Amino acid sequence: MTTARQAGLVTCRTCARVWPMQTESCGRCGMPLTSREPMSLQRVWAWWLAGLVCYIPANLYPMLVTETLTSRSDDTIIGGAIEIARHGDLGIALIVLIASVFIPVIKFIAIGYLALSVRMRSQKTPVARMHLFEVIEFIGRWSMIDVFVVAILSALVQLSVVASIQPGPAALAFALSVIFTMFSAKSFDPRLIWDYLPSRAGQGAS
Amino acid sequence: MASPQDVPRAELIGCPNCDLLHHAKHVADGERAICSRCHTVLIAPRAAAYNRALALSVANLILVVAAVFHPFLEIHAAGIVNRVSLLDVATSFGSGALVVVSVTSVAMILLVPLLRAVFLAYALAPLALQHRAYPGARWAFRVTQQMKPWAMTEIFAIGCAVALVKVADLARLNFGPAFWMFIVLSAFVLLVDRSLCSWSIWAALDEAEQEPGRGTAPAPTVRP
Repeated sequence: MTTARQAGLVTCRTCARVWPMQTESCGRCGMPLTSREPMSLQRVWAWWLAGLVCYIPANLYPMLVTETLTSRSDDTIIGGAIEIARHGDLGIALIVLIASVFIPVIKFIAIGYLALSVRMRSQKTPVARMHLFEVIEFIGRWSMIDVFVVAILSALVQLSVVASIQPGPAALAFALSVIFTMFSAKSFDPRLIWDYLPSRAGQGAS
Repeated sequence: MASPQDVPRAELIGCPNCDLLHHAKHVADGERAICSRCHTVLIAPRAAAYNRALALSVANLILVVAAVFHPFLEIHAAGIVNRVSLLDVATSFGSGALVVVSVTSVAMILLVPLLRAVFLAYALAPLALQHRAYPGARWAFRVTQQMKPWAMTEIFAIGCAVALVKVADLARLNFGPAFWMFIVLSAFVLLVDRSLCSWSIWAALDEAEQEPGRGTAPAPTVRP
């Protein structure tokens, strides 16, 4: 088991070719090369915090403002899901809840856990943490469902006085929260997970 | 595993996720080379992948362009019918900061998938037709890989279904032709991404640029 770094090489994360350690950019795909992303954890936390800050108004303010002839209703994310469930569409309500509440919360916890575990130089379960990271990268985008629903509905439901739907301030906050947490996950360099493992070659990570 | 000193550097592959070095051996079509430590798939070539990916990319291009102009949902309420296409979504937000939301949405639903299809076709066409790589093919392929998480057609398709249910008590909604285009597009994008092996394509691009008299790939820049 030799890592590229132990062999004095640097791996391109885009095309997987290896170059001598001091190489600045990949000769094959042109990406800048870093043995480990500089300040990876700081950038993870910065985006993470920005995402969390946006996530609070995203839940407090209305996502959708529905106006009909007789009524006006402001739906927050959770309120909207409850509304759908009340109509009997439990499956769709579940999709909304999972995409807008469950996934973001899991994401905040999981990214925080990964960043902390690297900071603490944890040696436990690197394969499981790697899988967790892959899952986080995969599911993060799905939170955009609710933003798209708002965009669709406010374009579609413009029936003069009969009914109209306007986006609420939470739509912007939520979209930003999703995008920031995607950046946060992207800033995490998974190679850090493996750096503090006891090396069989006897060369510790520097 | 061979020690890295015994192997030419061009034959080494580093795991992008855990930095472990491997000797990149020839992998047969349909087989996969997996990182022995973190199980990331390193190499997974597919037979006829370029032809298929090229064909699907062209199909995706047509689908995205057609989907712009066709309505994806229509609403019937109190005798009023409203049909919206993605262009309407892009232009419907009039007020302030919320414009950002619609512009971002449309970029993720249309622009990114469109650019990915164009760039991928550009990078793969010479490989499929066994020509010399076009100038900038490396850049084009790299950009398609980087844009991957920001292409959200499948999420938009699910969003249409959610929207349909959400206003079910307010009005009757029907799917328009663009919705079905998005469903097909989502499936095609998945097929393209599954059939592409990054390592094989980079290697093929290397080869496609090494015509006689052309020399090898550009030398890497090294710090003094």
